[in-house]
This record gives sequence, C-alpha cells and structure tokens, in this order.
Amino acid sequence: MTGDIEAREAVGDYKAGWHDPENATIRFDFGLSEKVVRDISELKNEPEWMTEIRVKAYRHFIERPMPTWGNTEELMEIDFEKVCYFLRSSDQTGNSWDDVPEDIRNTFDRLGIPEAEQKWLSGVTAQYESETVYHSIREDLEKQGVIFLDMDSGLREHEEIVKKYFGSVIPYSDNKFSALNTAVWSGGSFIYVPKGVHVEMPVQAYFRINAKNMGQFERTLIIADEGSSIHYVEGCTAPTYSTDSLHSAVVELLALPGAHIRYTTVQNWSNNVYNLVTKRGVAYENAKIEWVDGNIGSKLTMKYPAVILKGEGAHAEVISVAYAGNGQHQDAGAKVHHMASNTTSNILSKSISKDGGRGSYRGMAKIMPKAENCRLNIVCDALILDEKSRQDTYPTMEVGNPTAHCEHEASVSKVGDEQLFYLMSRGHTEAEALGMIVNGFFEPFTRELPMEYAVELNKLMSLEMEGSIG
Amino acid sequence: MASNENPILEVKGLKVGIEGTSILKGIDLMIPKGEIHAIMGRNGSGKTTTANVIMGHPAYEIEDGEMYLDGESLQDMEPWERSREGVFLSFQYPQSIPGLQVGNFLRKSVSSVRGEEAARGSEFREKLTNAMEELDIPKSFLSRYVNDGFSGGEKKRFEILQLMLLQPRLAVLDETDSGLDIDGIRTVSKGINSAVRGTENGALIITHYSRILEHVNPDRVHIMIGGKIVASGGPSLAILLEDNGYDWLEEQVESGVEFE
Repeated sequence: MTGDIEAREAVGDYKAGWHDPENATIRFDFGLSEKVVRDISELKNEPEWMTEIRVKAYRHFIERPMPTWGNTEELMEIDFEKVCYFLRSSDQTGNSWDDVPEDIRNTFDRLGIPEAEQKWLSGVTAQYESETVYHSIREDLEKQGVIFLDMDSGLREHEEIVKKYFGSVIPYSDNKFSALNTAVWSGGSFIYVPKGVHVEMPVQAYFRINAKNMGQFERTLIIADEGSSIHYVEGCTAPTYSTDSLHSAVVELLALPGAHIRYTTVQNWSNNVYNLVTKRGVAYENAKIEWVDGNIGSKLTMKYPAVILKGEGAHAEVISVAYAGNGQHQDAGAKVHHMASNTTSNILSKSISKDGGRGSYRGMAKIMPKAENCRLNIVCDALILDEKSRQDTYPTMEVGNPTAHCEHEASVSKVGDEQLFYLMSRGHTEAEALGMIVNGFFEPFTRELPMEYAVELNKLMSLEMEGSIG
Repeated sequence: MASNENPILEVKGLKVGIEGTSILKGIDLMIPKGEIHAIMGRNGSGKTTTANVIMGHPAYEIEDGEMYLDGESLQDMEPWERSREGVFLSFQYPQSIPGLQVGNFLRKSVSSVRGEEAARGSEFREKLTNAMEELDIPKSFLSRYVNDGFSGGEKKRFEILQLMLLQPRLAVLDETDSGLDIDGIRTVSKGINSAVRGTENGALIITHYSRILEHVNPDRVHIMIGGKIVASGGPSLAILLEDNGYDWLEEQVESGVEFE
C-alpha cells in the first residue's frame, strides 16, 4: 500500500497510471525456469516444435550475458526472479467489448480504444497482461483474406505460416532479450495481408500492463504479401508502481516484393517499466518498410527498429522521437542493412531530454559490398531543455561499396531564452512556449501519425512541459 | 486605478541595467490614446532596451522608475501577462520556431491574447485573409514554420501581420524598418497605420532613420542619446535630425537648445 502511495506521488502528469484490482484466472509464481517455459507452452496447447523453440531459447537466454552497451547499470538491476512471466486475466478473447471483464473494459474505455475503433480503425486487438482480451476486424477485410489475430490464435489457426516465418527475421539467438521473448512469449499480433490487398485504415494493437512486477512478452509477426499494404499502430501504457515491470517484445515484419508496411508506435509506459524490444523487418524487391517510432514513457528503453533491405529497389524509413524526463533513459535509434543494389533508406531521429533525463541515439547503417548505388540518409537532432539533462549519439556506418551515397547530419541544441521570450510576448506562458518549441521539434514525426495520435502526442508533450516550471 | 483619462503608456524615471551595466538612465515617456510616437537614436543609445523592458524581457534589471499601461503598473507582470493586457513588441530579430506552423501559431496567439472566441470561426479567417492581402503575404505562408528560413522582409511583414491580428493597446516596433526596401517600408507602414490610426490604441516606433516616419506620420518624436531622451518634438524634429545628423543634435542639446 505504502509503495503505491509513494508511486502515485511520483506519477506527476502521467495520465494512464491507474490500476485495476487484479482478478487473475491464472497467475504464475514469480521467477523463470525451464518449467515455467514448458508450462506456458502446455497451457496454450502448443505444437511440439514451438515448445522446443521456447526451451532452446530459454537455455540461450540463461547462457547469454547481458549486453555490455546501452545502460548497463540499469540492465544489471533487472531481477528476473521478481517478474511474473504469465498472467491470464480473462478466459476468453472477446469479439465484443461486452465480453470483456468490466474492470478491464473500463480501463480500455478510459484509454479511448473503443472510440478510436469506431472512428478510424480497420481492426483492434487489446492485450491485458499476457493475453489478448479483445479482438475485432472489419468484415470486408476478412472477406478479402486479411488475417488479423492475436499471436496465440495465429499459431492455432495458421500453424504452417507461423512455422515458416516465426524467428526467421529475429532468431532467438539474436540477443538476450529476443531469447527471453522467444522462451516466454504470449500475445502480440499475427497479420497476413494477401497479394495486392490494400488495408486502407490502420489496424491497432493496444498493450496494457496492470499487475505489479509484471512481465509482458508479446510477439508480433506481420507478413504483407506481394503488392499489398498495411498500417499497423500500437500503443501502450501501464500503472505507475514503485517496483519495476518488464516489457520485452519481438516484432518481425516481412514485406514481400512490392509490399508496404508502416508500423507506428506510441510508447507511453509508466516510468517503472523496462522496455527492451527487438523490432526488425525484411523488405524484398521494391518493398517498403516504415518504422514510425515514438518513445515517451518507460524507465529504460533500448530499441532500434531495423530494416534489412534484401531485394533490389527496397526502401526503409525510420522516423523516431524520444522524450526522456526525470529518471528516464531512452536509448533508441535505428538499423538498416543494404543487402541489395539500388536500395534506399532514410533515418530521422529526434530526441529531447529534460529534468535530468537521458537520450541516446544509437544507429547502425551497413552497405554490403555487393549492393550497388545505395542511398542512405541519416539525420539526428537532439534538444536539451536544461543543464541536468543529457544527449549522446553513437552512430556507426559501414560502407562496403564505393558507389553508395551516404549522408549523415547530427545536431544538438538548447532552447534559447530569446525563443521563449518571443513566444511569451505573444501571450503564451513559459510552459506553453516550451510546449510549442518541443512540439515543433517533434513535428516531422507527429505529421506522420494518424491525426488522433498526433493530437494526443502534442497534448502529452505540452503536459510534460508544465511539470517542472515554477 | 485605470480610468479613461490615463495615457496608454506612461514611463516615469525608468533606470535599467543588464549584468551590472546601466543602460537606461532615467526615461520619461507618455503616449496618449490614439497617438504614435517615435524614438530615434543611434546604435547603443538604449532604444532596443526600452522596447524589451516594456515587454518585460527577463534579462534586464529595473533599477528605478515605473511603467504603466492604461494606468496599470506593468512592473510585476510576466511578458505573457503584458501581452494579454495589450502590449505588443515587433522584434528587431524575430526568433524562428522550427516545426511550429504559422497558421497554427497565429490562431494560438490570438486565442491567448484576445480570447478563444476571437480565434474561432469565419471572423478570424476573414481578418487573417484581409491582413495577409494588405501585407502582400501569400496563402502558402500559413503552412511554413514560424520565421524559419524567412527572408528579412518576410520576418518584418510577419511581425506586422501579428500586430494586425492581436490588436494590442500599445504596439512597440523595434526597428521594423531596418533591412526593408522602400516597398517593404510602405507595406509595413500600411499595416501599422491600419492597426493604430482611427483607433484608441497607440504605438511606439523605434528607428534609426526617418524614412518610416514619412509613411507613419508620428505625433511626437523623441531622441535618445546615452540612455536618456534628450529631445522631444513634433514630426519636424525627425527631419531636422535627418538633415543635420546626430552630432549636430548632440551639440545643440549640450548648448541648451529646446526643441518643443
């Protein structure tokens, strides 16, 4: 109880920090073991091959040391024995919000999910703790053969496709946290868009952690078949507790020839969530993958959305923003590998730190020797709002082919007193002025978002700016 | 305290410094309703300081004196409060705000200064369209970012556009004419005249040269030298100064000539 009160006091302006009473139907004890891994698989009635991958991944996770880069100090603080690896809060995935338990339904109501669904989405899944509690897709899309399911159902109903692609983009051995996710994954989205089908309105997945010391390990796989297109949007929040939670997802994208996948994230975890996520897509001939990645919340985020440009003429776009406030470290960036000729990529990273927050851009761009005439453009801008805060840039570029055209620009700036005075002379308070500068700085990202998200993000940032001005 | 009899701006014995250096050494100034006054002076005479201090720039220290807008003391007001009370400053060097769209910014500023109602609906749009036409500003301007990549002339016209939309009690224009060609000065002057002439509002034009004053015929001209207003007079004072130069004027002042 005291912990919660302390935590609530620390919430400040975080608007999604409430929590529901915990009504678990199944809850695993804290801690990780091979038994936990096997139990999850058994509970879900999975095919044996999946159980085997999980166990292999678990063993790899145990042996694999922590990354020696990023925020190593905070990574060492994670106590994997104090995490709950599986929690089921509803015995079914509802197709109507009426089928969702009341507390949970109310939470998603407060987060505005059903409203957004009616207005501008093609489909929605809502995950609460380990599993999806709600799922819907527009009928016309279903008729065109679009599959949009939670990952558990995906495995049950489309085992052959899952078996073919699961781990093909991000093998469990990729890093310690991809191994962890592969071992204990639960929930996430499974999407298949058939050849030539264009899903006009975005589909959305929302991820909510409710319990204390929870671990959420969703697994997402999106396959866009030749010439198809889809825009996937994800959002996430969690209650504010004085103890930490762990979110470690793996997202694999496959854009087959001529396909277009846009994957938009607005990450707003509470400041007690470790967000350690591996996201990667493979783009085949003339395909296009776009990561639009916003990181506003969490305690420590380490996330570098990646694109492997595998087919000629493929294109990658990674637009990301990060905001690090008090007690936060956003270690984010992008990765592109140009494997084929005539591939192009644009990376734009915008990072703000305030009240002692820390932002890092970490990028890796590689052009393979055989890839001719590739173009690569990287821009990283950082904005520091006070003396206590910090921004670092760790760019790596490996250019193996002399025909490549590469550009890299980086800037670090501070908000000027004259800028603030100018805006204040137009009737705006100091906090409003700061909000305008910050939202302006994020604008190249915000304009890529669906309008509703852009409005939300602007509000969120304006609120953050009000926090510390006395 | 505020009454109809109060002037728009009243500055009494204002002494101002920055980082321990004193700049304004006792300024007295009074702008009655509906009047346009001009302050002329060389670089470093304290003109821009006067403008900034009226707007409430936080870098300056008020050592002594008082400032009143419509009889209300400005001293303890933040810049944004002064703006909402009706003070406007057209900046000599307007700041750029990348990512903040002009149209959005104008609506927000009108809403902050004149209230939400004034920033809503067709009335606002009509005012905006008319003001932009008057200032020869193309529609495409609205989707650009505030002062970002603007030419010198565009920046100045944008300041006047804001002046016309915010309709302040007191417009302080800090070297709005600098860097403008004749056409620019004519356009900007048109804007200033339409914001002040025929209203009860007032303006303080700060300038080096008398050129702009030919288009915005001021009611009074004040000459500032070394942080003091050394001479005040009618519009002819500006012409006298233009013809004879600051050195001559300084000598006249030293020998005790009155310009009233």
